[in-house]
Amino acid sequence: MQEPTQLLVMEKVSKSFPGVKALDNVSLTVKAGTVHALMGENGAGKSTLMKCLFGIYAKDDGHIYLEGKEIDFKSSREALDNGVAMVHQELNQALKRSVMDNIWLGRYPKIKGLPIVSEKQMYTDTKKVFEELGINVNPKTIMSTMPVSQRQMVEIAKAVSFNAKVLVFDEPTSSLTEKEVDHLFRIINMLKARGCGIIYISHKMEEILRISDEVTIMRDGQYVATKAAQDLTMNEIIKLMVGRELTNRFPPKEYQVGNEVVLKVENMTAMYSALQNVSFSLKKGEIVGIAGLDGSGRTELLENIFGSANRKEGKLILRGKEIHNRTPKESISNGFAMVTEERRATGIFSIMSIRDNTVISSLKKYLNHHAYLSNKAMAKGTDWSIKAMHIKTPSQSTKIRALSGGNQQKVIFGRWMLTQPEIFLLDEPTRGIDVGAKYEIYQLIMDMAKNGKSVMMVSSEMPELLGVCDRILVMSGGRLAGEVDAKTATQEEIMTLAAKYV
Amino acid sequence: MSELNNSAPKKGLAQKFDDFKALDARDKRSVIGNWLLDHAMIIIIVLLVIYIQIQRPAFLATASIVNIIQLTASRLPIALGIAGAIILTGTDLSAGRVVGLGAFVAAILLQKTGAVGRFFAVGDPWPVLIVILLVLAVGAIIGFINGFCVAKFKLHPFIVTLATQLITYGLYLTVSSAKQISSLDESYTTNLITAPMFKIGNTPVMMYVALAAIVTVIMWFIWNKTTFGKNMFAVGSNEEAARVSGVNVTAVIIGVFALAGVTYGYTGFVEAARMGASTGTIGLNYELDAIAACVIGGVSFVGGIGKISGVVIGVVLMQLIMSGMTFLGISGSITYVIKGAVILIACAIDMRKYLTKK
Repeated sequence: MQEPTQLLVMEKVSKSFPGVKALDNVSLTVKAGTVHALMGENGAGKSTLMKCLFGIYAKDDGHIYLEGKEIDFKSSREALDNGVAMVHQELNQALKRSVMDNIWLGRYPKIKGLPIVSEKQMYTDTKKVFEELGINVNPKTIMSTMPVSQRQMVEIAKAVSFNAKVLVFDEPTSSLTEKEVDHLFRIINMLKARGCGIIYISHKMEEILRISDEVTIMRDGQYVATKAAQDLTMNEIIKLMVGRELTNRFPPKEYQVGNEVVLKVENMTAMYSALQNVSFSLKKGEIVGIAGLDGSGRTELLENIFGSANRKEGKLILRGKEIHNRTPKESISNGFAMVTEERRATGIFSIMSIRDNTVISSLKKYLNHHAYLSNKAMAKGTDWSIKAMHIKTPSQSTKIRALSGGNQQKVIFGRWMLTQPEIFLLDEPTRGIDVGAKYEIYQLIMDMAKNGKSVMMVSSEMPELLGVCDRILVMSGGRLAGEVDAKTATQEEIMTLAAKYV
Repeated sequence: MSELNNSAPKKGLAQKFDDFKALDARDKRSVIGNWLLDHAMIIIIVLLVIYIQIQRPAFLATASIVNIIQLTASRLPIALGIAGAIILTGTDLSAGRVVGLGAFVAAILLQKTGAVGRFFAVGDPWPVLIVILLVLAVGAIIGFINGFCVAKFKLHPFIVTLATQLITYGLYLTVSSAKQISSLDESYTTNLITAPMFKIGNTPVMMYVALAAIVTVIMWFIWNKTTFGKNMFAVGSNEEAARVSGVNVTAVIIGVFALAGVTYGYTGFVEAARMGASTGTIGLNYELDAIAACVIGGVSFVGGIGKISGVVIGVVLMQLIMSGMTFLGISGSITYVIKGAVILIACAIDMRKYLTKK
């Protein structure tokens, strides 16, 4: 058998930003017709390396060869024209425009000889790409009316439509359901068969081992190793990524759930979303997981409890007393806290300091003489949070956007701890956080439960729910499909329930 | 892949009615409420027109309608230009003063030979075609500067155009010494811009109405049919997405502002002829009326959203209100209050569409 050709070679690429060496002599070789996984913790330099390839950053040093020819793209346009396409981690889409406008953006087909964009051709071309990939979306739909997972598939279709030789997928599955992930993998296998080289960046080990042929691991901006996927196990990858052995993915449980029912939710029904008649109860010191597919009403359930969405019906009973939680403000004073799903969009104030981000929910506690904010008190509160949450930061005045995802999340946890809540609502608390930091977040969640707080946690990662929670509620089509004991349940059981009302 | 199919066939009226009947009382109320709010601007216009018509039967006479059309025609191009800047989530405060400068340039080059107090003591009026190209170029240059500063220095358009507004006005005052330029040549005024095209009843409709219609068609074409237009919407909707898709964002921003500048230059050319003179007040606050017309017409400050038809409706509505107020004998001072209220209501209704309901 012939050796697959080396499609893309990146040699000793270096890149520095003021104060940090983001890439230090990193090399990567992608063979035609293979999937090459690129792994590493957040901040390891994976995205930076890809941005150097794609012309978004200019590399300081090193060489990049595409099919044996040296290249140095100055703009993403040039990269696209030369057959290098990328599905970006953050969905970069013109949401108010249609699907086809987004796909052909930057290269609209024109009517022959005229400076007029041909809508008809755009439509048929889009249809063709979608048919080939088995995507069932009307090209004329406005982007913002579609769920995130569909927008993600459109983004993938766009990258494919460039007929690129090298395709980079940067965390493509973070908002996809299992079924959609299968679909994506079919697309990737198709591209592989065509002889494309695929660079696949993900934090999800199961995926990496399933789809990739080779794995390159990076750590702190440096190249660690490249190995054939079949020779690797999950534990080996983690070991290479964090540079030490993580014996357990989840902290041990060393406490007992109490018997006291803290919160009873009855017939929760949302005004504007599909959430219908959800009832359950939550005990003191209990961690209840909420599983379900994207759009099954998991987030909506939390939002309705917290008062950040409009309720149509439903009763909340906190320690035997009915409460209303009409607004987040009211909920906070009732002892609720909520960590939102999209940290960057609705969690952090990115240009504000860690201190400002920490004290924002409990500002009243830092008033001197009930009149003005005391810097000293705020610094003390923030100090407590940094220590208690093990936040790694140079100082309190560091802007939160300079921290890694895991540390940002810890700041948000600290913010809520300062409001002294009884009930924590967590929506995908470990999304976009690397393996090492995930463990610390799990530890924080378990510590909360140990201290008698109750936690509700939405997650798309079933191993995480099974490893951290006591009990798991499974949502399906806006309804509560069932409840399982986390100690005994299996992923298959949960999946069956999740499909109940689809 | 998602099984959700977005290409559901359009529902017939009967089906829609059945769907409506199936809702409970509370949902019915919200459906009706939403419909009323979605069409609120149109409903307000219709009610307003009916009211004024009952109060002052002369309101819908031909003379008055032609007047409203002509006022609309004079203010439409500038609104179409500014709309582009708003679609890019920007704004353009320099518009009015560029109109003033354009009017001045046109007036000094097209004064009658031997007019008393002529700006250039000797000489003949220039050929009109050359003057119009020159005026458009003046507008384009200032627009180019606006766009260049916005795109290259990443300054907010509010700041950039505030600065160019002051600079433009200062230049105009320096060169003109704030003098009025009148006695304009017929080849420019009564034979061109204010030449009667045809009569509706006894009221002549002037040439610049047709010119405004042509400008509108050209702008519609640029917005909807060209790469540049589509790129403009994409940049306004998500600049970063446009950039990584290979759109030359800088060129698009500069192009939008330069195109806007051209519409201001054009408006200046028309205004001097309409007024029969160039004065310091030509163009004053035109940008504010134009921005108001855009937002009333649904060109949203969220960016990436707007239609030519919306801008036209916005301008017509503004003129209807102004003209209606005059008919009702409402004082100019109160007119400002009403204009302000209309802008607030229109924007609040517009914003509603972009709020995600939870």
